[in-house]
Amino acid sequence: MTEVKLAGESFLTDDFLRQLIDVGEVDILVGVATHNNAKTIGSIVETIQAGILTYFPRERAVIVNADGGSRDGTPDLVVSAAIGDARSPSKLYALRTLHSISAQYASSPARGTALRTILAAAELLRARACAVISPESTQITTDWLPAVLRPIYSEEFDLVLPTYRRHRFEGILLSNLLYPMTRALYGLRIREPYALDFAFAGRLGSRFLAQNAWHDETARAGSETQFTLAAIAGGYRICQSFLGNKEHVERRSADLVPAMRQTAGALFASLEPNFSLWNSRTGSQPIPTAGAEPEFTLEPLRVNRKRLREMFSIGVAELESVFQSILCPSTLAELQRIAQLEESRFRYSAELWVKTVYEFAAAYHKSVISRDHIIQALVPLFRGRVFTFLVENRNGSAKDVEDNVETLCLEFERLKPYLLEIWNGRE
Amino acid sequence: MWEMIISELTQAVHELARGFAHILPRIIVLVIMAFAGWMVAYFLKVFLRSILRLIKFDKLSENAGASQLLTKAALPSATEVLSRFVFWVAWLGFILLGVRVLGILGLEEQIAKFFLFLPRLFVALFTIFFGMLGATFLSRAALLAAVNANLPSPRLLSVSIRTIIIIFVLSMAFEEVGVAEETMLVAFGIAFGATMFGLAIAFGTGGKDLAREFLEKRLVRGTSKDEGKEDDLSPL
Repeated sequence: MTEVKLAGESFLTDDFLRQLIDVGEVDILVGVATHNNAKTIGSIVETIQAGILTYFPRERAVIVNADGGSRDGTPDLVVSAAIGDARSPSKLYALRTLHSISAQYASSPARGTALRTILAAAELLRARACAVISPESTQITTDWLPAVLRPIYSEEFDLVLPTYRRHRFEGILLSNLLYPMTRALYGLRIREPYALDFAFAGRLGSRFLAQNAWHDETARAGSETQFTLAAIAGGYRICQSFLGNKEHVERRSADLVPAMRQTAGALFASLEPNFSLWNSRTGSQPIPTAGAEPEFTLEPLRVNRKRLREMFSIGVAELESVFQSILCPSTLAELQRIAQLEESRFRYSAELWVKTVYEFAAAYHKSVISRDHIIQALVPLFRGRVFTFLVENRNGSAKDVEDNVETLCLEFERLKPYLLEIWNGRE
Repeated sequence: MWEMIISELTQAVHELARGFAHILPRIIVLVIMAFAGWMVAYFLKVFLRSILRLIKFDKLSENAGASQLLTKAALPSATEVLSRFVFWVAWLGFILLGVRVLGILGLEEQIAKFFLFLPRLFVALFTIFFGMLGATFLSRAALLAAVNANLPSPRLLSVSIRTIIIIFVLSMAFEEVGVAEETMLVAFGIAFGATMFGLAIAFGTGGKDLAREFLEKRLVRGTSKDEGKEDDLSPL
């Protein structure tokens, strides 16, 4: 009866529904959202299979691939990948059938729809614990599966987010905006609110699937961040698990805009419906973390700081009319002042950065201009902040970098009343 | 002689009185129509003003850039301008209906023309308003995209897009109200064509290296591997 109803109403294709019916109920579901990942997907799926067979041999498990129209045969690689192919001689044997199924959710990639497909599959298969693994996580080991799934399977957590050993200059958008702001507003020290490798309990997945505005383009853009924020807002039990190294993924300058939408956009969008939740919270609390604490590595990295500062200065000059709608006159004047400074004297202070971000959040709330334009306008300013972060931590140790991030977090917490003041105050 | 004069005068007075008696009720109708029209127009103005305030029309107008134009022209807010416009159009409509009752020759045709013109005027005004809204949105989108992609002269690009859209919208509006249709069409064609031709020449000759790089980047994948990389940093 349920299946008939779901088949009639579901956005999933008939073919995928048939595959799900063939699988039946499962205990564990591992979702992989792909788009032209043929180079890496084979080894990742084999590692996932090995992880399941090693640590969850008695559980009914399935690997679900949500593909966004790959043209390099990625879905075929997922379905055909077998543990024996890469790990010969294999000593791993499944006690239960380990399924690998694939669905093409669209002809072009959309992360939100991919996550929705995985969540829908998890709900239909009544999966108790689900993990989502990024097809870019080539550093995955078999230990990842128990690291993210055990807290859900054995300790009744609802969401397990990753922590990594990262290069000190990787993930600056997380360390300088998403982590400190989420921490200051929601009071939880979640290092990776935007997670691509994470696990969740079936009940949380079903709840998010039911409540999320999947037809809203902006809502779909940051679905991973929204998932974390929904878990926080819903009072679900959240923990972190250390997964080891986070490998460097090469990005283009154009990638920063979608990254900003997926993180800051989703965070800003969450503030309005959760106002009653965050407006009264002060300070922050750590959350349970399994394994080591997040770490920074210090290998040398080629960084063109000059270009970052130039793009900041050009942005401040060219977008003055846009910033006039978003920022307070004093903040804008200060930004214009530092944009004129020489490279050696340039510094985008933590206080100014926090005020900038909070004013952007308030402007987003008030929709002073198109919300997507507000997010895009933050990009050149973020480049200025990146420049300062690089300079401040150029010769710093891992502890110095950690201290720097902590100082910024405390600044976000200290200035939270400023956000509350401008939230409804300034027109 | 005197009798004739008195008779003529009496007749003239009678005719005047008859004419006055003939026109007086019509004037009274005109006055009543004008008064009723004022009442209706005032009600419409108040009602429209409330609706526009409710939907935050001023904010929309500000986003469209229309408010800036109004401020420069020392005019009140967009809500107030539109409310007053509707008030005057409605009141004028009632007055003209009243004037029609007077039965003045040739006036009826002009009044009918005026009423036929009103819908076109409204359409033209709406075209201009939403056109400006679109122009502001698209020019800002272009500005942001150009800044974030580190393209040269982002503001010039943005202003060009805004200008082209406004010219296009104005030509549509003028065509709608029927003012200098052909002139506007030809002017738009010349302006648009010249702009595009100029841009093509500028990009092809002045920026031939840029054009080559652009085409290489678009058509030959992997030739410029380092171009556009965010300095080897991953933000996430």
